[in-house]
Amino acid sequence: MIESVGTPILKAPTAEGAKDQHMVLNMGPQHPSTHGVLRLVLEIDGEIVVRLYPEIGYLHTGIEKTCEAKFYQQVVPLTDRVDYLGPMANNLCYCLAVEKLLQLEIPERAQWIRVLLTELTRLNSHLIWLGTHAMDIGALTVFLYTFREREEILRIFEDVSGQRMMTSYFRIGGLAMEPPLDLFDRIQAFIKTFPEKIDEYSNLLTGNPIFRNRLKGVGYLSAADAVALAVTGPTMRASGLDFDLRRDMPYCGYEKFKFRVPVSTDGDCWARYVVRLDEMRETVKIIQQALDGMPGGSIKADAPKIVLPDREKMKTQMEALIHHFKIVTEGFNVPAGEVYQGIESGHGQMGYYVVSDGTAKPYRVHMRYPSFATLQALETMCQGRMLADVVAVIGSIDIVLGEIDR
Amino acid sequence: MAEVLKKTLTGKAEVLEGLPDHPAMKAILAWNANALTDALFDHDELTLTVDAKSIREAAATVQAAGYNFFEDVTAVDWFPSEPRFQLSYHILSHTYKERIRLRAFVTSADPAIESITPVWPGANYYEREVFDLFGIRFEGHPNLRRILMPEEWEGYPLRKDYPVEGYR
Repeated sequence: MIESVGTPILKAPTAEGAKDQHMVLNMGPQHPSTHGVLRLVLEIDGEIVVRLYPEIGYLHTGIEKTCEAKFYQQVVPLTDRVDYLGPMANNLCYCLAVEKLLQLEIPERAQWIRVLLTELTRLNSHLIWLGTHAMDIGALTVFLYTFREREEILRIFEDVSGQRMMTSYFRIGGLAMEPPLDLFDRIQAFIKTFPEKIDEYSNLLTGNPIFRNRLKGVGYLSAADAVALAVTGPTMRASGLDFDLRRDMPYCGYEKFKFRVPVSTDGDCWARYVVRLDEMRETVKIIQQALDGMPGGSIKADAPKIVLPDREKMKTQMEALIHHFKIVTEGFNVPAGEVYQGIESGHGQMGYYVVSDGTAKPYRVHMRYPSFATLQALETMCQGRMLADVVAVIGSIDIVLGEIDR
Repeated sequence: MAEVLKKTLTGKAEVLEGLPDHPAMKAILAWNANALTDALFDHDELTLTVDAKSIREAAATVQAAGYNFFEDVTAVDWFPSEPRFQLSYHILSHTYKERIRLRAFVTSADPAIESITPVWPGANYYEREVFDLFGIRFEGHPNLRRILMPEEWEGYPLRKDYPVEGYR
């Protein structure tokens, strides 16, 4: 047993530097504004936050350990459950990592559908952020509006994969199945009206003096701190760093799409709100481009030993039946090696580090999720601010506890 | 670097020949050529294996060379072979739009390595996670406590000799 070092958090008031009038307050694990089961141990002086320790791990289910006991294709449904607000992004990141190890070529149509659905996932994730963030501040109405649109996205997900949240639609080597015939029309109808919906949210919030006052100048994070604390995604871009993996290190065919990366230099909660709202508008543009240029062709890579055969072929061809049986019962071997695949999810840079020892089960799957790093910056953002600002800051950094605890 | 995309370069000499102008490689060699024990370029990713004793200096060196963004650190347990634990650091460069992997090995007899939290404060939680799940100590870490598992937990779940299910 190796000894821990450092200050146990519950002893915080007697720790050096703490004064007698300081009080330790537990916020969470069951608190509506912690967006899951996050426990914050706050040392407060009156209403001013002196120190803040996030206590996490309440949702830890050992997904990384479970992955090591599954075949490569069986890990896909596990990834959904990590960031449960962005299932397709998880699938995409894992599949891209394994495909990199296998050096598989993915057909263009599969790539475009992946981009299309991942961007819809981003909308889904941002809609929940906006609804809950506004609700934390006291603007309850917005929540009802954003969930109206989210419902339509979930219906689209259900159509395409049979599941509303845990989609598991992307497979190693392509997609699970050809999307339904009317899918693109439905998405087209959805995004046609969506920019108006963003205006609607903006009308409800941007001019609202209470919302403005609660966010402006609150939770400041400098660009240097954002880099030092490994903060990524919209939170980093709101601090003035112009970096987006989709544009700067493209994956999955993102280099074919034209979009702008919204950046703000203010670094406060308001900047994060503006950046995410802008990002939704850009996402709509990417979806439109994906719909307009959707190529034809196959949705699965030509790799019979890795990709499950079509149902029809399996019933009529001996080889397809054999491959099907082998893949399902024994999995497929992946060449030894290690890869890291990063993508830009709704919350920031997600990364999967997959190590293979040449067998059909991953030797190690490590998941780098953006919220885990963003949470480190919470203390920097809240120190010296009022207790009520902590709620605004947690909302603005858009964390998901499922992906922090894994 | 599209022309070397499909190539695999194994070993220090080969990588040096294939990527003579790589900024991270150059910086590490200029700092201490002996600390770089191995190199690998595979799947369009550069892996630099450095001596475990000098990981913090290596991190500071690549940071100064433009690899400004710490992304991730994790471990791989190669039980029962020795050195048992492999630590993988993923460092991103906003300037070069490229990622490198620093790798160091520690033995099961003394699973300890210098913390890189003084170089990148963002490594704090990640090193705590490795400590929690693998039992690797990070010397000089400001607050090395369990992060995901309960404080009183015994054992390190991500080690290969820790069962996936059932009793320990």
